[in-house]
Amino acid sequence: MSNTNLKVKVWRGAQEGEFVEYLVPRTPNQTVLDVVTHIQRKMDPTLSYRFACRVGMCGSCAMTVNGVARWTCRTHVSKIVEGDSLEIAPLNNLPVIKDLATDMREFFNKWKGAVGFFKGDKTRYDDFTKVQPNSEERQLADAGIECIGCGVCYASCEVVQSRPNYLGPAALNRAWTLANDVRDVQQLERMTAVAGDAGCHACHSQGSCTEACPKSIAPTASIAGLKKLVARAAVRGSRWGKL
Amino acid sequence: MNQGVLQAKLWYAQRISAMVLGICVAVHLVIIFYAIRGGLSAQEILGRTQGNLLFAVFYEIFVLACFVHAPIGMANILQETFPKSGVAKPIAWILALLILILGTTAVIGVFTGGQI
Repeated sequence: MSNTNLKVKVWRGAQEGEFVEYLVPRTPNQTVLDVVTHIQRKMDPTLSYRFACRVGMCGSCAMTVNGVARWTCRTHVSKIVEGDSLEIAPLNNLPVIKDLATDMREFFNKWKGAVGFFKGDKTRYDDFTKVQPNSEERQLADAGIECIGCGVCYASCEVVQSRPNYLGPAALNRAWTLANDVRDVQQLERMTAVAGDAGCHACHSQGSCTEACPKSIAPTASIAGLKKLVARAAVRGSRWGKL
Repeated sequence: MNQGVLQAKLWYAQRISAMVLGICVAVHLVIIFYAIRGGLSAQEILGRTQGNLLFAVFYEIFVLACFVHAPIGMANILQETFPKSGVAKPIAWILALLILILGTTAVIGVFTGGQI
């Protein structure tokens, strides 16, 4: 690690704005979130950004760092610094509220739009449903279940960029985990919601979401699963009925 | 029909037609390699294909697979490139009809030797 200052360009403004450069001292094991926090606490208290846990659990501190969407709390400066420069911008594909904070409403509304929520038909008086850990459905759901909704995949997706009504990788990944939840009772509604060009069939399988996901989830694989499941249900029907 | 469900069906049709096309292209390539062994001339090709029902049926299946596959892909590309123009559907339909008519005409032409 060199002792020189970091030249950090930070996006200031909203949808319109500009990069402002700050000189931030380097420290050992410094994360990008440390850099942003240093600027806000020591240099310019008007800087807006969002974070909570600082340890990669909450999914609120994602930003575009040197052109790539990342969790700032789990990104060491030393791993991504180019020379002595960093460029920190808000996430792509989301409206900017101010500086580094984006408006995530659309992102989460799309989860709702993809019927990305659980609904069962059991009550507290019923016995537990037994789901075998090694059953195919459970394994498929497990592969995508760890998503914490940080928006990194959504910001990295080229299809979201060109089709603003596209549900996006996170919502579709959630839909896929629920499509494999044997207790859920809204499978037909979900398949209808994620069918077609606003849903899974618009995905180009380019894999940017999978490459960027900090949890190493593969939304591309989840979307491919949905494509097959939904198209089959539309043409041949499924065990829940025909679309 | 719900737009999404229609698009899901189109996606399915495109995948199935892609599988057919994959086989057709492979067979077509093998035939080409086989056919050019003794030089390539129209006469030689027509000598093999004219009046041959198997060739006609094979290439008509090829045409039908293209008729399904290409316009769906073209419509997707146009819709993403010019989202607000409304050109995707009409151009895709024109392409579909062109492939079907020109392709089938060619198959009939080769089969009959231009007698119709």
